[in-house]
Amino acid sequence: MDGLAFLIIKRLFYGLLTLLALSVIIFFMVELLPGDTATSLLAMGKTEETLAAMREQMGLDRPAVVRYFEWLGGVVQGDFGNSMVRGVHTSKGVSDMANVSVISIISERFMNTLFLATYAAVIAVPIAITLGVLIALLRNSVYDRIANVLTLTSISSPEFFLAYILILYLALKTGLFPAISTIKDDMTFFESLERTFLPALTLVLVCIAHMMRMTRAAIINLLASPYIEMAQMKGIPPWKVIVRHALPNAWAPIINVVALNLAYLITGVVLVEIVFVYPGIGQILVDAVTLRDFPVVQACCLIFATTFILLNLIADVVAIVTNPRLRHPK
Amino acid sequence: MSSENEIILDIKGLKIDGFTGEQWLPIVKGVNLQLNKGEVLGLIGESGAGKSTIGAASMGFSRDGTRVSGGTINFMGTELTTASESQKRKLWGAKIAYVAQSAAASFNPAHKIIDQHTEAPTHHNLFSKSDSESDAVDLYNRLKLPDPDQIGFRYPHQVSGGQLQRAMTAMAMSCRPDLIIFDEPTTALDVTTQIEVLASIRDIVDQFGTAAIYITHDLAVVAQMADKIKVLLKGEEVEEAPTERMMKSPKEEYTKSLWAVRSHQRKQKTRPENSDAFLSINSIDASYSNGPKVLDAVSFDIYKGTTVAVVGESGSGKSTAARCITGLLPPSTGKILLDGKELPSNFRDRSKDQLRQTQMIYQMADTALNPKVKVKEIIGRPAEFYEGFIGKDLDNRVDELLELIEMDPGEYRDRLPPELSGGQKQRIGIARALAANPSFIICDEITSALDQLVAEGILKLLDRLQNELDLTYMFITHDLATVRAIADEVVVMQNGKVVEQGPKTEMFTPPHHPYTDLLLSSIVEMDPNWLTTVIEKREGTSS
Amino acid sequence: MSIHEIVLALSLVGFFGYALVSKKRDFVWISSIGILLTLWLKFLGWTGTLQFFGILIEVIIVSAILSYLYRSFLILVLPEKLSKEVSTAPLTAAFGLLMITIYAFVGIFGPALAPYGEAEVIADAFAFRNEEMLLGADQIGRDFFSRLIYGTRNTVGLALAATLAAFVVGTIGGLLAATQGGRLDQIMGRIADVIMSIPSLIFALLLLSILGPKWWVLIIAVGIIYAPRVFRLTRAVAGNIVVMDYIEAAKLRGEKNSYLIRKEILPNVTAPLVAEFGLEFCFVFLLIAGLSFLGLGLQPPTADWGSMVRENATLITYQDSTPLIPAAAIALLTISVNFVVDWVLFRSSGLKE
Repeated sequence: MDGLAFLIIKRLFYGLLTLLALSVIIFFMVELLPGDTATSLLAMGKTEETLAAMREQMGLDRPAVVRYFEWLGGVVQGDFGNSMVRGVHTSKGVSDMANVSVISIISERFMNTLFLATYAAVIAVPIAITLGVLIALLRNSVYDRIANVLTLTSISSPEFFLAYILILYLALKTGLFPAISTIKDDMTFFESLERTFLPALTLVLVCIAHMMRMTRAAIINLLASPYIEMAQMKGIPPWKVIVRHALPNAWAPIINVVALNLAYLITGVVLVEIVFVYPGIGQILVDAVTLRDFPVVQACCLIFATTFILLNLIADVVAIVTNPRLRHPK
Repeated sequence: MSSENEIILDIKGLKIDGFTGEQWLPIVKGVNLQLNKGEVLGLIGESGAGKSTIGAASMGFSRDGTRVSGGTINFMGTELTTASESQKRKLWGAKIAYVAQSAAASFNPAHKIIDQHTEAPTHHNLFSKSDSESDAVDLYNRLKLPDPDQIGFRYPHQVSGGQLQRAMTAMAMSCRPDLIIFDEPTTALDVTTQIEVLASIRDIVDQFGTAAIYITHDLAVVAQMADKIKVLLKGEEVEEAPTERMMKSPKEEYTKSLWAVRSHQRKQKTRPENSDAFLSINSIDASYSNGPKVLDAVSFDIYKGTTVAVVGESGSGKSTAARCITGLLPPSTGKILLDGKELPSNFRDRSKDQLRQTQMIYQMADTALNPKVKVKEIIGRPAEFYEGFIGKDLDNRVDELLELIEMDPGEYRDRLPPELSGGQKQRIGIARALAANPSFIICDEITSALDQLVAEGILKLLDRLQNELDLTYMFITHDLATVRAIADEVVVMQNGKVVEQGPKTEMFTPPHHPYTDLLLSSIVEMDPNWLTTVIEKREGTSS
Repeated sequence: MSIHEIVLALSLVGFFGYALVSKKRDFVWISSIGILLTLWLKFLGWTGTLQFFGILIEVIIVSAILSYLYRSFLILVLPEKLSKEVSTAPLTAAFGLLMITIYAFVGIFGPALAPYGEAEVIADAFAFRNEEMLLGADQIGRDFFSRLIYGTRNTVGLALAATLAAFVVGTIGGLLAATQGGRLDQIMGRIADVIMSIPSLIFALLLLSILGPKWWVLIIAVGIIYAPRVFRLTRAVAGNIVVMDYIEAAKLRGEKNSYLIRKEILPNVTAPLVAEFGLEFCFVFLLIAGLSFLGLGLQPPTADWGSMVRENATLITYQDSTPLIPAAAIALLTISVNFVVDWVLFRSSGLKE
């Protein structure tokens, strides 16, 4: 068991290291900018004195490394600093508050994004894996070819293309679902589900295609193993071969596929949110990028990237745990 | 054994096609085969003979990319070419079982060995799980597996290759089938492990009176195992006869040539008196990236114009010794002298001339030649690099080298390696070494991936080249038959140490070091009674 | 019944008949499901949907014929070695090749083909289509069709340049890491790991927010984001080759690294790298399309497919699908490239065995 625990700890440690490297990149990239935050804040009517005062007040006169650790310390406690652009981001109209804290801007919207991603994942994952396994079993048949062309088409289409087609046909022409997915606090759960059906469906379509292709490849790879042939030669019926011999070895590749696609969902959400005017973190990020509101950009990037890294980490740990060679060492 | 003349397997005019990615081509071109109850048939042939495909087909199993295109396969009254999948599944495991070449890959890593053992009997409702488990322990006992009560409860990766191969044989026996197909079951094993597995397979097949098809490329092995032998060539039958007769008086030319291979043996050159060693290895130690020692105080000398065979099993350090000589793995202590001068330990520090003098020929001709480079460039480059041949001179030199290795320059100069056969590739590898005009050549298992006839051709070629060009060879091999054929001196290695060395004749006459003895007694001989004698002898000495 | 419905009915019945005659069980299943579905839709009165399927079948038939003709044309025109390769292409790949050729043509000769200038305002905002303006006007009165044509050069060109940047960096890095090994290999691997742990769209947004939306920023951003992927592949493919005995033989001969890379490794990695180029191009193309859809791609007045969709999205609310044409153009090219890559990958993997 020692070897296994050691491997997992090593992987966790490595994940932590990646996160740190990431925070360094995200922090220091903004530092690379010509001028500093004070300069850009006081774009108009700045004098040397006001600049210096501002710098001191914001702590910009201290070395970047010190500020990095202060920033990191804050981030760990959920403090991402304050927005540099006044009030633009509040969802309840434009307000005049200066220096709104980043966390207050993004926290609620992050939950919305998570809701949408989870919604899509709950539909996409089971369907995609079932279809992927099925197509792998029917490999080289007509169905496999048809599925290949369909999934290829789906992953080749930009998300916004699919999204607008769905809006055009399922919302505007037929009126089955709302075209715009604004959600409010007082909505019931089912109302929100209906409201967000189209963005979720867009994500599901792209995601299923990706996942199906990857699951198919993983399963076919597995079915080529000599031990699968051995099981067939023992007279075991196909379904039992799959359940008893393929599945126990398929967890790692399947979890890997799922993690990769959940990670994809997290970012694919950005474009979909824009199309459907969905109040998620993606919208904030895009706005912040256009307005060059760096604290918000930093926070959003960090959140997205962390989710991405965590998902990959989980996949790797599952792969380690389910590997019989590691679970039962010599 | 074959007293009951009841035919259980009757194959007539079997034709099988294989898919090449573009079209279906015949692999098996009309083979007949009959097997009586309890009889063991040896299927023998070189690579591409179709023996493995026939093996799978005789249980009605066609692998992806193969299809039966003609003929009939009748197993105990069931016509397998037309039987439905579910009909065949009733037979598989229960009546016909299969033992594959690689046991390590054929056991599912996710389940314990015994759970895989009991799968077929419980599925076919022949034994209860607990009955089958105790039967497994009994089988493990008969197969002389160590710790038979417990070994089944381990996972496949926790058990060694030779043991797994025996566990797979036990698994094939789990339903007491009428027929077992053994597909090269000992090819992947070391020589010393091989005979134990062979003996246990033979015993158990004997004990239960099971009929078997034993597929192998190794004549001596088949002689030990089979009641009758069928020789295949390129998907066609050459001849079939009872083992004794087949070994003593084969009819067909092809079979005779196969049999003749093992008799090749050249005269041993005597070590030149009072001359210094050409290459001298002085107590070198070596290890890979701070790991455990792979070589431990290894010393031996090689004399000009002779062939030294370095023998040992996998993990003995024989290939590592070669890497030290070439400078790929600098030894941690000790030194290597070439012609009396010390060689820098790292090849990067050696002069062009030092590099030129030592050349290497590799085991796998496929990976030794760049598939995208034409033959003339492969051979031409060393000639250009070391000797400065250019233009017309280079072309002439390439042609000369091709003639030296008995290949027609006009035909082969512009070919790419994938367009050559295995033996031709190996010849090009030799030509590349010769192009450097070396004095010393290391041959690393160069014949072990080749069919016997082809391998013999290569050995004869090397012999001729040695005499013509006054070359010195270091021949790395695990096969003592090869050693007998080509060596002047022998170095035996085990676990990174030299256990014995000396002239060949001395090595092959007792007394030996115990390990040499074990190796020598593990060479499977053509005599069909050899295995029985050896096993009796070993058991006699151990008890 | 419209002509499209008749086409649908005829092709379904024809397919069913073919399936019965050729005794292909899968085809019988598929065609009978198709026929039942059609009858059901007819019963429900969804003629629009039926017409859509009819048009779809017409499009498929026409493109199949065109692809077939184009493949025959290529086999005739190309030199022997290439035409032998092309003759193995399935229709999907031929279709891909045809489309890529058309895009290349439009991209190169765009200005000569477009009836109006890229930034030329010639009508009212969102003016309807007429004889002069095939697709009507955009949000400030420029000819939509002309901008679509200009967009080919801009959007595809940018994606190509960015992919190329990623490839140059990634391939050189991968080859170096594979041949040098040791510390350099490890450091490069770690850097690639970290970059790849950031989602591509997010990383691009981060860089764009700092450097501003300019075309060279896009190329650099894509270069940084995709180079690690190319690096990984090159490293893996070249890594399999460096362990080959022929590389060892060349090293022991005393050959320099540059010789090893040029003569021994490169000829063996080109096939997988070409396929990878196609795949990465698709990812880059979609990423850039997404960014320009977000208004962070090429800046106005340059015509760019992603931003054209966004700028004219209002029309969709009026059930006008014109703004989706550039999006469809993006999808079509990506599909075409994928079809070709699929075939190339199949060829190269099949040839190995």
